[in-house]
Amino acid sequence: MTKYIDGFKKYRFLLRELVKKGIKLKYRRSYLGIIWTLLEPLLTMMVLTLVFSTFYQKKDRAFPVYVLTGRLLYSFFSNGTKTAMKSIRGHAGMIKKVYVPKYIYPLSSVIFNFIIFLISLVVLVGVSLVLGVYPNWWTLTAIFPLMILFLFTLGVGMILSTVSVFFRDAEYLWDVALMLIMYTCAIFYDAENIVKKGNGWVFKCNPLYAIIKCFRDAVYGSSMFAEPFWFIMPLCVSIVTVIIGFAVFKWKQDNFILHI
Amino acid sequence: MPNYAIEVNDVSMKFNLSKEKVDSIKEYMIKFLKRQIKYNEFWALKNVSFKVEKGDRVGVLGLNGAGKSTLLKIIAGVFKPTEGKVIKHGRLVPLLELGAGFDSQYTGRENIYLYGSVLGYSKQFVQERFDEIVKFAELEEFIDVPIKNYSSGMRSRLGFSIATQVDPDILILDEVLSVGDAKFKKKSEKKVMGMFDSGVTVLFVSHSLAQVRRLCNKAIILEKGRLIAAGDIDEVSAKYEEIISN
Repeated sequence: MTKYIDGFKKYRFLLRELVKKGIKLKYRRSYLGIIWTLLEPLLTMMVLTLVFSTFYQKKDRAFPVYVLTGRLLYSFFSNGTKTAMKSIRGHAGMIKKVYVPKYIYPLSSVIFNFIIFLISLVVLVGVSLVLGVYPNWWTLTAIFPLMILFLFTLGVGMILSTVSVFFRDAEYLWDVALMLIMYTCAIFYDAENIVKKGNGWVFKCNPLYAIIKCFRDAVYGSSMFAEPFWFIMPLCVSIVTVIIGFAVFKWKQDNFILHI
Repeated sequence: MPNYAIEVNDVSMKFNLSKEKVDSIKEYMIKFLKRQIKYNEFWALKNVSFKVEKGDRVGVLGLNGAGKSTLLKIIAGVFKPTEGKVIKHGRLVPLLELGAGFDSQYTGRENIYLYGSVLGYSKQFVQERFDEIVKFAELEEFIDVPIKNYSSGMRSRLGFSIATQVDPDILILDEVLSVGDAKFKKKSEKKVMGMFDSGVTVLFVSHSLAQVRRLCNKAIILEKGRLIAAGDIDEVSAKYEEIISN
């Protein structure tokens, strides 16, 4: 164990450099640069609000907040897992020539996406205040779903990065899976309607929905622990996913170099 | 007990060369069901054992495909051997294919930090040596230009300059003494010779027997993945000449 901690300490600087590289290169050569982190969710929110409030004649004034919370969390999950998945092949040049603990690559991918995601939360704060969703003490509990989301994304990212080294198809399959996850996350529709029709099990199987639900509860200033299931389920799933992710990665990492 | 810098114990490395590349699930399933997945086992190294004493400069000789690069990569820790074990004592610096960790969108300045971190340097160390790195690579004017606009000579100069900032205990050289133009070549050779004089242990791969004789005091010969000779340079190089002439 101490061996791993020493290894991590030694490569802390590399981790930081890779995170910095991810953030810096994401918007390099675009005129607005890092401002896109804020602009992109804002514009998507406008489109989604426009479309769905016209189609479904929503009268809810705070609907944009609802859309934005779901959309921000989902896009972090989607971007984080996708970049982690490609991280091993993307750094093939380094892996082939210098010894570096390989988990650094997916880990740094998830961390840099998480930082961009945290910056984009500024938009949520602004939109909430404008539309009259004010914070209270419960809002502070938002940190729990964010931590769970990070763990979950990391775990899934580690598993996918391992799988995609051996099977390129995984990238395309994962795109399809992400679409399924997106539509079962209640990003732009009301989950209550589906539950009333007796299809609530869809949400109970989706840890990402549970995380979004907890986060929304916090943003709206209510307790996420009222129904403990929605908090405990994603927590347990995330911890298990991270453990499986690191185990699978460790088991297969020595073979990576023969396949990239 | 003699002081060893590198101990290579019975190392073997197997590669599975699949006849066709199977990397999609569909293909794999079809082939698996038809039991058509065939691998050509290929042993790049087979039961190689040798020890390098501290301060020795060992030349690794062999024809193309003899397993020299595989051996160096195993010692550098890039490959994990299929069988056997390598024990290293001290800080190892591999000068293999310089600049492998560079990002082409990054500027020279950013790449110095990135590559430094890949080599396991601390941030403070890179900051301290930054000016020296730039000066040695002679890239003062271009340090804020993205690497993709560098010539290949400029890249390898920068890579060499970053990699040689530390005083290693073990140095692995894979024909890198031919970096850049004639002037830089002289400079880099001088730097490497300076390291040699400070008593570093060296593993050196080259096809030029003359260069190996000039730089090394011991040598090993690999042939088709097997170690066929090891010992003093004169003895081994005589044998190598014999092999070449046959």
